[in-house]
Amino acid sequence: MAGISDATQMPAGPVVKGKLSRDDILMRGGMMVIALYLIITLALPLYAMLSKSFSTYRVELSQYEFQISDDAGVFDGTILNAEVLNQQTGAIDPAELNTGSDGRLPVTGLFPDFSFRSPVMYQVRNTSDEGRFLVGSTLQDGTDWVTLDSNTFRRVQLRPVKATGFDNFINYFSTPALFNSIKNSLWIAVVSTIVTVTLAFWFAYALNRSCMRYKGVFRLIAMAPILVPSLLPGIALVYLFGNQGIAKELLFGASIYGPIGIVIGSIFFTFPHAFMIISTALAISDARLYEAAASLRATRWRTFWTVTIPGARYGLISAAFVVFNLVITDFGLPKVIGGQFNVLAVDIYKQVIGQQNFEMGAVVSVVLVIPAIFAFAIDRLVQSKQVALLSARSVPYQPQPNQRTDLISFIYCAFVGLFIVGILAICQYAALIKFWPYDLSLSLNNYQFDKMDGGGWASYYNSIKLGLFTAVFGTAIVFFGAYLVEKTNGFRTGRALFQMFAMLPMAIPGMVLGLAYIFFFNSPSNPLNAIYGTMAILVICSVTHFYTVSHLTAVTALKQMDREFESVSASLKQPTMKLFSRVTVPVCLPSVLDISIYLFVNAMTTVSAVVFLYSPKTSLASIAVLNMDDAGDIAPAAAMGMMIFYTNAVARIIHLLVSKGVLVRTQAWRTR
Amino acid sequence: MTQHHASDETYLSIDNLWKAFGSFLALKDITLAVKNGEFVCFLGPSGCGKTTLLRAIAGLDLQTKGTVMQGGKDVSNLPPSERDFGIVFQSYALFPNLTIEKNIAFGLENTGRGKAEITARVAELLDLVGLPEQGKKYPAQLSGGQQQRIALARAIATNPGLLLLDEPLSALDAKVRVHLRHEIKELQRKLGVTTVMVTHDQEEALAMADRIVVMNHGVIEQVGSPTEIYREPANLFVADFIGEMNQITSMVTKGGRLSVGEKTFACHEHSFSDGTPVVAAIRPEDIIPHEEGYDADDPNRNCIDVLLHEMEFLGSFWRCRLRNERFGASELIADFSINAVRRLRLGEGRQMVIELPTDRLMAFDRPEAS
Ligand SMILES: Nc1ncnc2c1ncn2[C@@H]1O[C@H](COP(=O)(O)OP(=O)(O)OP(=O)(O)O)[C@@H](O)[C@H]1O
Ligand SMILES: [Mg+2]
Repeated sequence: MAGISDATQMPAGPVVKGKLSRDDILMRGGMMVIALYLIITLALPLYAMLSKSFSTYRVELSQYEFQISDDAGVFDGTILNAEVLNQQTGAIDPAELNTGSDGRLPVTGLFPDFSFRSPVMYQVRNTSDEGRFLVGSTLQDGTDWVTLDSNTFRRVQLRPVKATGFDNFINYFSTPALFNSIKNSLWIAVVSTIVTVTLAFWFAYALNRSCMRYKGVFRLIAMAPILVPSLLPGIALVYLFGNQGIAKELLFGASIYGPIGIVIGSIFFTFPHAFMIISTALAISDARLYEAAASLRATRWRTFWTVTIPGARYGLISAAFVVFNLVITDFGLPKVIGGQFNVLAVDIYKQVIGQQNFEMGAVVSVVLVIPAIFAFAIDRLVQSKQVALLSARSVPYQPQPNQRTDLISFIYCAFVGLFIVGILAICQYAALIKFWPYDLSLSLNNYQFDKMDGGGWASYYNSIKLGLFTAVFGTAIVFFGAYLVEKTNGFRTGRALFQMFAMLPMAIPGMVLGLAYIFFFNSPSNPLNAIYGTMAILVICSVTHFYTVSHLTAVTALKQMDREFESVSASLKQPTMKLFSRVTVPVCLPSVLDISIYLFVNAMTTVSAVVFLYSPKTSLASIAVLNMDDAGDIAPAAAMGMMIFYTNAVARIIHLLVSKGVLVRTQAWRTR
Repeated sequence: MTQHHASDETYLSIDNLWKAFGSFLALKDITLAVKNGEFVCFLGPSGCGKTTLLRAIAGLDLQTKGTVMQGGKDVSNLPPSERDFGIVFQSYALFPNLTIEKNIAFGLENTGRGKAEITARVAELLDLVGLPEQGKKYPAQLSGGQQQRIALARAIATNPGLLLLDEPLSALDAKVRVHLRHEIKELQRKLGVTTVMVTHDQEEALAMADRIVVMNHGVIEQVGSPTEIYREPANLFVADFIGEMNQITSMVTKGGRLSVGEKTFACHEHSFSDGTPVVAAIRPEDIIPHEEGYDADDPNRNCIDVLLHEMEFLGSFWRCRLRNERFGASELIADFSINAVRRLRLGEGRQMVIELPTDRLMAFDRPEAS
């Protein structure tokens, strides 16, 4: 019967293979180029990092043999194995044999009678092709005997052999000082998440469900922390509760340097993210449910638990995981205010910068990626449900004035607002004070960045440059990539892969990305090695780090375009790129601008992604804050932090004006 | 402008075309020829594959198997940009940020036409679709019907050999729809462009098409002129889908007559053999009313007496529900002219005789019980 549809009915024979048009080829090519960009700037570095975490370096003593001459320089043919020698002398602690890729082990300890002045001659050789040792800086990897006098023999150093295995991880998990950080990080992230989500929920609730005044101002204040680096609240907390803090007594002897400081600071910098998500969730809930509840004479309390919370649940869950992710991957704040309290992100930094133990840095990175990917995955899952809710939305809720509710809401919001503004104000005030807390007169001394460590004003200009480059190139790459992946015909597998790559950056913590870049780009065998230490690598790293959110913004905008534009354009025999530039970009211009400001602000404030990658020539403002704080120049650090704030605020205002102007000029079609 | 009429030469031909979405077959062995200058409608219920077939013709979604020839050239695997067609979608897909003029001019650019020539052509097209004053406006400032015409103007701007319309009228309200379908038909006739339109509105298809392609479940059920499709449906699906049709379970008996209960009826010629279970079908307006007592037993006249159970006034005719125990619980529906009702003094509850004209009573395969 006609209704039965089964592909086996189809006659055998070849399937019609479409001839690709020039545009198809161009678009697939373009997509592949951008996919390649993501592979080079994301997948390969991560792979390099992963393989680093499994690389172990060990000096194999059994691979070396020696001969010692008599005083006349005559060898009697006795061959001594280094391993055997060490068993006899115990000169080298077995733990010393496990080392990094740069490990070097001197050998004179194996010979108790050794003196560099003696006329005795030494011979040394590798027993296998893998063995390697240095004489001075000359590498010897042959199996022939090398004859050296005592003085030169002093400069023989054994080099480790590379192997692959879980040794680094075993090492990590048997070092309490290291794996304790997992517990610390999780603890901090969970506490910050609970507090932030609670505070943000009530804040959003007050703004959505009351008729209090100054809602616009509160909304602005709530978003302010996005404009500063995450370590800035740490600096403010030092001024308030640090060793010389004005409100130190409020802590009753507890120290701000540690979990307390990290949690308070985390609340500050994650608040806007939680607020935005929850606010959206509350805004889309359906007024009719409230009317139904009212008609059933449900109490406000009952309505809250049966209508409000279920309606906002996806928003709450999503906010929780976003905050969790932000806190657990943050580096700047615990670096500034963490004290002796170790967390994963700072561990990576310490291992790499402090101890030059890159392998262990890679191990900690892998450990950090796991909760980050987990939180990311749950957030994506929940977000997709939220979208479904949104499209099925109906009547928006209109709050009714109620004096008591409005007053309570206002007081609550005022407190939260005060907290946020207070933190910023403290930083600004501290920046303008001559010498806290002894000389409180105002001065601009702290703005003489050129006199401090951290790169001076140049780092500030570098940051602006980075912000602009990231915004311009990032927006172009992201938007074009999103367009290609959305509008290319067929090519399903390629597009699915691309989508996956585009989502990946969000799950990768900045520290991890930065470290991965060291491994990948700093490798001498990499032809892209030249960009290491330049502005280019900072731009690339920032674009990649903030790719996902930008990509999603672009995709959302593109999905709202009529699917048939491309078909119409093709039927009119016009190149797709003409359609792209004449229609797609102009129509999506508001989103394009949103992407650029997002990239700019984030490039200005990011620390974690670039802390491994800047060079003296490309120091950045956010890094300068970190380094000046590290050097004890806290007031200049605060001053620089506030410079970032003002720059971002101005950028946002410009963005607002440009968006408005552009809307008026090019989007006349939107108004009837 | 010269008047073209559908000629006999084939412009578009589709041969043994199949389309699979995974294991689901959306089109099964479609073969169809469209003549030069012809206006063809694809008609069928939702999901039957009309859009899929149209998109295969356009090259927007390639068929899995089969060939498409256009203007004597095999275009089976060409991308849309290398084929020769203009298309109008249900959503119109007008570029929202370009003025009407720029929308229409979009396809004229990069074709070797000068600025002045483009401007003149745009003005001509705006005239053609009856919107000469609207060129400077944006699409959002026009009504749905006006946007529709602009989309049409844009599609025909480059004089394509083939015009494809996918439900171009379905987003409009009924009045505008009726008006526009005349305009489109007029325009098509004037330009003589071969046109394929997809619709699920049978009235639209009957009013506009030179030929209708009735589709169902990915196959073509019948191809024919509107009158052919209506008067001589090839099967019960077409009969039922287009217009209304009374269906009476019956059986073929001696001499090819149809038996219903113990009565047999003469009918339109068919090829069923004796004893085949069939469905006897007749359109409501083909039923002829007679007075009670009219010669109901003449074996050559297909007359039966019925009870006029219910009447409904539908403006230009009366819709009547007729009962006879032979048809079991089901009723026959008949449309009687106002004149006939008055002449025969018909009213609810009256006994009367109806005649099922021999050449209008058709026999169809009984659908398998599924
Ligand atoms: N991209 C696709 N993937 C899978 N199945 C599809 C796809 N496009 C269409 N189909 C299926 O093919 C069948 C025919 O679809 P088509 O759009 O051609 O129907 P249609 O006749 O145009 O219907 P309508 O009148 O609703 O527009 C439907 O069952 C549809 O679900
Ligand atoms: Mg359709």
